[in-house]
Amino acid sequence: MTNLVVLIPIALLLGALGLAAFLWSLRSGQYEDLDGAAERILLDEDKPDGEEVVRRRK
Amino acid sequence: MSCCAPGTEAALDVASPAGPSREEVRFASHNVGGGLMQTDLSVPAIHCGACIQAIESSVGRLAGVEDARVNLSTKRVSVRWRGEAPPPIVQTLNGLGYAAHLFDTDGEGKDRVLAELMRAVAISGFAAANIMLLSVSVWSGAEDATRDLFHWLSALIAIPALFFAGRIFFRSAWAALSHGRMNMDVPIALGVSLAYGMSLFETINHGPHAYFDASVSLLFFLLIGRTLDHVMRERTREAVTGLAKLAPRGAMVVRHGGSHHYLPLPEIEPGMRILIAAGERIPVDGFVVRGSSDLDCALVTGESAPQAAVSGTVVRAGMLNLARPLTVEATAAAKDSFLSEMVRMMEAAEGGRARYRRIADRASALYSPVVHLTALLTFLGWMAATGDWHRALTIAIAVLIITCPCALGLAVPIVQVVAARRLFENGIMVKDGSAMERMAEIDSVVFDKTGTLTTGVPVLADANEIDAADLGIAAAMAAHSRHPFSKAIVAAGTGLPSVAFDSVDEVAGNGIETTLDGATWRLGRADWAISESHRGHLAADGTVLSCNGAMRAVFRFEEKLRPGAKHAVSELKARGIDIDMISGDQPQAVKAIADKLAIDSFHAAALPGDKAEHLAAMAHERRKVLMIGDGLNDAPALAAAHVSMAPATAADIGRNAADFVFLREGLEAVPFALDVARKANRLIRQNFALAIGYNLLAVPIAVSGHVTPLIAAVAMSLSSIVVIANAMRLTGAAQAADVMRDPHSPLAQTTLAEAS
Repeated sequence: MTNLVVLIPIALLLGALGLAAFLWSLRSGQYEDLDGAAERILLDEDKPDGEEVVRRRK
Repeated sequence: MSCCAPGTEAALDVASPAGPSREEVRFASHNVGGGLMQTDLSVPAIHCGACIQAIESSVGRLAGVEDARVNLSTKRVSVRWRGEAPPPIVQTLNGLGYAAHLFDTDGEGKDRVLAELMRAVAISGFAAANIMLLSVSVWSGAEDATRDLFHWLSALIAIPALFFAGRIFFRSAWAALSHGRMNMDVPIALGVSLAYGMSLFETINHGPHAYFDASVSLLFFLLIGRTLDHVMRERTREAVTGLAKLAPRGAMVVRHGGSHHYLPLPEIEPGMRILIAAGERIPVDGFVVRGSSDLDCALVTGESAPQAAVSGTVVRAGMLNLARPLTVEATAAAKDSFLSEMVRMMEAAEGGRARYRRIADRASALYSPVVHLTALLTFLGWMAATGDWHRALTIAIAVLIITCPCALGLAVPIVQVVAARRLFENGIMVKDGSAMERMAEIDSVVFDKTGTLTTGVPVLADANEIDAADLGIAAAMAAHSRHPFSKAIVAAGTGLPSVAFDSVDEVAGNGIETTLDGATWRLGRADWAISESHRGHLAADGTVLSCNGAMRAVFRFEEKLRPGAKHAVSELKARGIDIDMISGDQPQAVKAIADKLAIDSFHAAALPGDKAEHLAAMAHERRKVLMIGDGLNDAPALAAAHVSMAPATAADIGRNAADFVFLREGLEAVPFALDVARKANRLIRQNFALAIGYNLLAVPIAVSGHVTPLIAAVAMSLSSIVVIANAMRLTGAAQAADVMRDPHSPLAQTTLAEAS
């Protein structure tokens, strides 16, 4: 019983962290262009303007 | 995959008239704060990673551009810029080989409904997983204080899920009930809230059974179905609205002093004089006051041959000016023009569609009363038998939970989402699920001619009979004109050596005149090109090439059939579907196409109202008609049909009226869409049978009082999984077979490419 007092909150906390991460990624627009995201990984990221664009898109 | 070539060419060809001007871009931009303006453009030709890079880097480099972002899924570019005048975004895109169209965002921004659904899915998923974790412990033997603790924790976790995720169902159920109607959400809302209430009561009283997991995982499953359904519709809507806007947003008005002003469309009034450059569409009804040109009326009347326009010619909104600038005096404001007339006719024509009730609604209208009645009878029965109200109520609620239409709620949307995805992969977009259900019912198809069965672009019919030298000269001359016949000659003469002329002059309404080594060459109307002395016994008509008044070659043009038209017609006939053709074009042109395609029934010279009436008459005979058309003049007929389909090149209004929009050239899309719809319909019916079968098994167990939370969870998950698995059969090999039969169809080639 005593170990449950520790383990259950940990389990819930981890779950909540995952949920929070998902909600954050949803809000910051990471699901708006799934096809584009798949292609962008192939693009050359060295270019400064490319990085800039990615950073500013919050 | 080769980059950019196929899509780009097609898009350029469709939209070669320049694209939106800078004034139009400014009208369509909106302020995003901090002096920053945002312009959203639809660029249908974007299709790969290289496109993203090319566009973002070159548009991003323009002076004044803050950033440029490509969205590959929606094929849009959003550009933020500073300053007074917009940077030359469209010109830059055109320079890269992409046609760009303004995109009206109407300030909608992000999709709020989707965001809410996704949040609800996430929260209910989190809650369902954690509660299931605790429930499994209870099922595997946790007792007394531990079990109570787990139940209390479950109750706690379920609260946000019920509040956030359940809200969607409660809202919809309440809306239905307050209007005295029933929908699938009523038993869902009732089941979920009663399950929670009873479980809470059990928990307080240290009872052994709690249904928190059932109530939350039910929400989770149903929300997945609902989210998929929404994503499908939204994706289609975006793709449809994101296509070329054909109607202009403004026009260059000439004031009395001779000054030019660019005015937005609603501000144009009768009496104003409007300058229409070559390649622009006429914005309002009016008549020509100065200039002469040729007009492409295909979208307005369905006539395939261009019409000459001279001073005094009456023009209608939507016609495309092909050759030379025209000055037009407006006779009607935009809201009273041809386009608006079509909108009014469409509203009047709205027929079968409004009356159609979706399968899911029909099922729930039967299902809900039966479920509620069963639960009530169970309660009364147990009350009569035992007199123990707590037990009677517990069992009645268990009946409600186990009959909660989880599988039924998924039965329709999951199949339609899978079907829509199949169609989408093959370049067909569906407006909503009801369109697919109606498509499966059709028994006749009515085609429009110009732009639907044909590409609307003429081709040279007798290129082989013309001397290569003459064709070379004609092609070089035709390259100076935008007339569709000229384009056909240029296309036929590609590869021939080019000729440099001493002078070139386009005579509007007649043709092109050039001089070459002292000789005068004319390409155009026969009675203009051939001089009196040479005409003699020859009947002077058609398009000819002449040298110093003597005829050198005659050009005959024919309409090019849309690829796959023959295949589509024969496939549809093989499925026992009646085929009809109705067009606004001249009878002989219509008959020629009908003969080519072996269509027995056709109607020519039909006005827009005639088309809609024809469809209404067919509906009156209880025929279920699929209408396929592209023009403004087809829009009322598209609205009047049982279900309708339009190519992506169609006029806005037609595309918006259509239930299906196909993006690729080929007409194979029609039999393909029909097959997918029919197959989907079969699977939906199977799913209903499965869901009902499940209930027939589960309800007796529930009524007899033997359902535990474990049985409920297993039964519900199992039925949902079976239904989903059945829907996935639509992606299987059986579907591919029909397309593969013709290995030359573009559809088959794409599918093959995807498969390999």
